[in-house]
Amino acid sequence: MRKTLFYSVLLLVVGYCCGPYLWQLITSLKPDGELTALPPVFPERVTFSHYVSIFRESRFFRIILNSAAVASVTTVLSIVIGSLAAFGLAKLNLRRKGVILGFVLSVSMFPPIATVCPLYLVIRALGLRDTWWGLVLTYTTFSLPLSIWTLTGFFARIPDEIYLAARVDGCSPFQALCRIMLPVAAPGVFTAAILVFIFAWNEFLFALTLTSTTASRTVPVAIALFPGLHEIPWGDIAAASVVVTVPLLALVFLFQRRIVEGLTAGAVKG
Amino acid sequence: MAEIRFEKIEKSFGNVTVIRELDLAIGEGEFFTFVGPSGCGKSTILNMIAGLERADRGRIFFDDTMVNDLSPGDRDVAMVFQSYALYPHMTVRENLAFPLRIRKTCKETMNREVDQIAALLGLEELLSRKPGQLSGGQRQRVALGRAIIRRPKVFLMDEPLSNLDARLRVEMRAELKKLRRELGITIVYVTHDQEEALSLSDRIAVLESGRIRQCGTALDLYLRPADIFVAGFIGTPPMNVVRGTVREKSPLVIDCNGRIISPLTENSPPKSDVLVGIRPDDLAVSHEQEKGSFRVTVSEIEPAGPFNWVDVIWNGVPVRGAARRDEGLVPGEKVYAVFAPENVLVFDAESGNRT
Repeated sequence: MRKTLFYSVLLLVVGYCCGPYLWQLITSLKPDGELTALPPVFPERVTFSHYVSIFRESRFFRIILNSAAVASVTTVLSIVIGSLAAFGLAKLNLRRKGVILGFVLSVSMFPPIATVCPLYLVIRALGLRDTWWGLVLTYTTFSLPLSIWTLTGFFARIPDEIYLAARVDGCSPFQALCRIMLPVAAPGVFTAAILVFIFAWNEFLFALTLTSTTASRTVPVAIALFPGLHEIPWGDIAAASVVVTVPLLALVFLFQRRIVEGLTAGAVKG
Repeated sequence: MAEIRFEKIEKSFGNVTVIRELDLAIGEGEFFTFVGPSGCGKSTILNMIAGLERADRGRIFFDDTMVNDLSPGDRDVAMVFQSYALYPHMTVRENLAFPLRIRKTCKETMNREVDQIAALLGLEELLSRKPGQLSGGQRQRVALGRAIIRRPKVFLMDEPLSNLDARLRVEMRAELKKLRRELGITIVYVTHDQEEALSLSDRIAVLESGRIRQCGTALDLYLRPADIFVAGFIGTPPMNVVRGTVREKSPLVIDCNGRIISPLTENSPPKSDVLVGIRPDDLAVSHEQEKGSFRVTVSEIEPAGPFNWVDVIWNGVPVRGAARRDEGLVPGEKVYAVFAPENVLVFDAESGNRT
């Protein structure tokens, strides 16, 4: 009885989370005529025409490349800068750590829509409009609070004595960070990296504002711009959505154990 | 090996002064221990020697080199921490080799040194394991090995044994002594366990709120404590302290809780109010009345193995004494206690200094 209840709740939650994605998947495999049919059941005749159609244009490859490049560079920058900052905040003798952390957090409190206009002007003045670097700069800024906070937490959990031992053993603070702190906090670094990557991969508003051509347009924006003047190509949209979710799923599954370790670290005594 | 010298070292954290005017020289090859209650500043001293903490004022010398401005890596010290602080992501071999690797030692030397240290500490079988797979004693040994592998000038140990269980602690103590004999390095040791300090060190400094109360050999501290704090801190169980009044100055006669004694002291007490210190092992409790014995009431008995500790009430003052195992004492019983007046210590009641 108890087990049945457990599994039904589990099923409900899984269904709630995966439902929309499955719907997209089914839609992407339907022939055009059946697209709007409800309920969204699996079609009798499966077609891959939508997939063929999105990839027939080389633009879509370019757009995926844009997204991948922007998200990867953002992740690397955010983790490098974030871990330096977090290391200082967690292990070095700094004054007013709380104030600094609070200030960092406040950056992420502005609603993006409130910052988008000035940001557009800044990026244009820097000559970075419609480039990867315009997006990378913006995303790194907005993801830093996330990575700094996550990494500070992970570094702070490493006992001070481990850091001090590294110093006595002859490491400079920077060497101690690279050789001891980062490897020991690896689950945390992975967690922060994945979270930043997902943020950069999915971001829409800034990408819409700061890009104008396929030179730098990212996937979410490109998909939103699929609809033509007279029709909305639901099938293509669904196919594209499915395709661009795959890298995220792959990443998460690949590092699943690390991420779970990271998200629950310190919750129980190991 | 190096001599360590402190000149007028001071250190505070915020408004709290942790170390005041520390002047001290630790000899080359000496096993020197700082003891004291928690918060007395002993770990801070160690961190200042290591370079993990800067002194606010004063100078620290290794031999003739002032080290105040040297980073920990340049001081050639090694440190063992209470929590061992092994690097969890490295194997035992990598942990041991780490100080050498950071100093860019060539691979063959490194492997040879690691094998040598592993043999010395009995770690050969464990070299490929990670710290998480080791027992407490094994981790402790790895931490020791990592510290001695590069033959540091100074070897610092911050309560290295206090996370081990009682039996292992005694074993590791013996091992430390052996290591020390074989390597002959200067060791500065910090502990709150005075028994550990007595059994290991050449010299001991008793610290209290940032000041050295007394510095000397184990026997010195035990037989000739400078003041009532040291007397109470050194020796287990702690010394009994009983109020007394000086009756005559020369020769000294003291009324100690009703018992008139003439103890041997170096100086005569400045005031008439004194504190008389009697070690529990010097206070014999039994059924027999003998010369100089007085009545006490047994309140508690605590077997110590070869004999029993006995808590008794003497004229309203609780004191602790020792009794033979077969004495058959019962709580509530009225019995006799006796001590030899020449073994007691007399302290000035106001300053706490020994007379």
